[in-house]
Amino acid sequence: MSAFLELKGLTKRYGAVTAVDGVNLAIEKGRFLTLLGPSGSGKTTVLMAIAGFVEPSAGSINVNGRDVTHLAPEKRNFGMVFQGYALFPHLSVRDNVAFPLKIRGRSSSDIQAQVTKALDMVRLQHLADRNPKQLSGGQQQRVAIARALVFEPDLLLLDEPLSALDKKLRGEMQQELKDLHARLGTTFVCVTHDQDEALSMADEVAILRDGRIQQIGSPTALYENPATRFVADFLGRSNFLDGLVVRTHAGGFAYVCAGRTFMHEGAGDVHTEGHEVHISLRPEKISITPDEPQADCNTLQGTVVGTSYTGSHHNLTVKSDLGFNLAVTVAAWQSQPIDMGRRVWINWPANATVAVSNG
Amino acid sequence: MADAVATARSLNNRQMGLLMVLPAVLLMGVFYVYPLLQVLWISGTEPTVGLGNYQALAGSGVVRRIAMTTARVCLTTTAIAVLLGYVVAYAMATGTPRRRNLILMLVVAPMWVSALVRAFAWVVLLRQEGPVNALLIGSHVLAQPLQMLWTEAGVVIGMVHYMVPYAILPLYASMRDVDARLPMAARGLGASRLQAFVRVYLPLTVPGIVAASALVLVYSLGFFVIPAILGGGKTLMTAEYIRLQITELLQWGPGTALAVVLVVVVLALLALMTRVVGARRVFGGAG
Repeated sequence: MSAFLELKGLTKRYGAVTAVDGVNLAIEKGRFLTLLGPSGSGKTTVLMAIAGFVEPSAGSINVNGRDVTHLAPEKRNFGMVFQGYALFPHLSVRDNVAFPLKIRGRSSSDIQAQVTKALDMVRLQHLADRNPKQLSGGQQQRVAIARALVFEPDLLLLDEPLSALDKKLRGEMQQELKDLHARLGTTFVCVTHDQDEALSMADEVAILRDGRIQQIGSPTALYENPATRFVADFLGRSNFLDGLVVRTHAGGFAYVCAGRTFMHEGAGDVHTEGHEVHISLRPEKISITPDEPQADCNTLQGTVVGTSYTGSHHNLTVKSDLGFNLAVTVAAWQSQPIDMGRRVWINWPANATVAVSNG
Repeated sequence: MADAVATARSLNNRQMGLLMVLPAVLLMGVFYVYPLLQVLWISGTEPTVGLGNYQALAGSGVVRRIAMTTARVCLTTTAIAVLLGYVVAYAMATGTPRRRNLILMLVVAPMWVSALVRAFAWVVLLRQEGPVNALLIGSHVLAQPLQMLWTEAGVVIGMVHYMVPYAILPLYASMRDVDARLPMAARGLGASRLQAFVRVYLPLTVPGIVAASALVLVYSLGFFVIPAILGGGKTLMTAEYIRLQITELLQWGPGTALAVVLVVVVLALLALMTRVVGARRVFGGAG
């Protein structure tokens, strides 16, 4: 199946600053793509270029086999949910949702039916005659979504859709957006700086940094197999062990870090002896025990130097006897409280680590 | 208990506030309200006590003609000044800070030049042998010089020039409140540039249009210098007629009566505008 949305070498320069630098991307119809990155990574510029509000300096944008690179935004037939929602304050909820249909010159009976359907979809039928300013943030958000979907666009673009909501509401809206996506089958492209949002909603996540895509893949693939130090660090938390490869064997290698030899196993990792290697180790993959564990490798002794409790987890900092600190996460319900200064053993399996490039 | 304390404190603040505006109120009372009351008094007592002056105004063909001229000139001026002002304010509201400051400077600078000087400048420009006629004849648009001085058109030109800044400022204030993403959102939903403007931007700036119209219309109604000079006694408007009655003909009764009518019309207009868009919009301040 060919790509539904395809960006080729998309570049945007503002004077001497390159905001987007040769982005290539292709997704199939009906996917939910999230562009994730820190502020200034160019993710919003990419979205605005897809929407038609930013004229690319170079490259092309194709949607459904149609080149839309230089097409006016109103001719693209994409729905867009703006940051802050951008609801029309002089129109009622109903008229906001009817706006794209009126512009398209639909008949009034058709408009009425479509608006009712869209408001039902976001469960706001009872607030149709209110002014947007009278609604809560979550309700305004739903109006913006209904307005962007009512004309059955080819693509739905969302710019930081949940950033203005509080944490609990954000979780609910994530689920709601995901359900809508599954129900409608419309292709969604969402921009966010929130990694939880990206992981929980998207089929595919593209991680941007300095105007370039660092890695693109499913949330699991990105989390379990980050390609670079940046991705491992940005998506969740990670410890890094920098060492030298001393021995290789089928499916893995041994490396030396801070004078100790550790083992790594990972399919497809090709490393040669004597080369530098960067190892990412997720805090939740480390086990912590009071006594020396029965393990054949990757065992260390250390002292707890920091603890913080989040309800579901204890986040610990362990200073190993080799000198470096490791972040360790343990599920709170199955562990005893661990005090500062306590001597502990830590251990991780050889296949828990990922070799990443140093970018 | 806590409420009672809070009430006492806010009452004190309130009293303090009243005390602080007192000097201004006194100043306005002595130098503004008192003379106005005097005008009202004279209009009802000179030469005889009663409403005779008002009856005479209502029956006078000259006054009716002058009122019509005033209304026509002021409404035309308001329409043109608000239209031109809208374009300039839009350029300011949607431009870069650099462009905005440049325009603002160009808008404000003429306000430092007195209306009298500007009126005479227009006399020089608009007279039969003036540069405007020379240009029109030189470029073969006209064969004969156009009579612009002492006509309504001339008065309107001079007044529009004076009033445009007063239209721009409330319009700009209202445009600044419009979220720049709204026209963008409209286009994203399928509206052309024109549709986004007509259906989203324009309705959101209606309060600014009403406020600008009110301000310009009210200023225009009582405007004296430019109509007096560019009208040259041939296009006679209310303010000039009042001056004529009082200083040339020494007819204090009819003159003050017309002045009172003008004040009442202005106040009525302001009251109406306030009801339509709210006092904050008309008199400035955050909307």
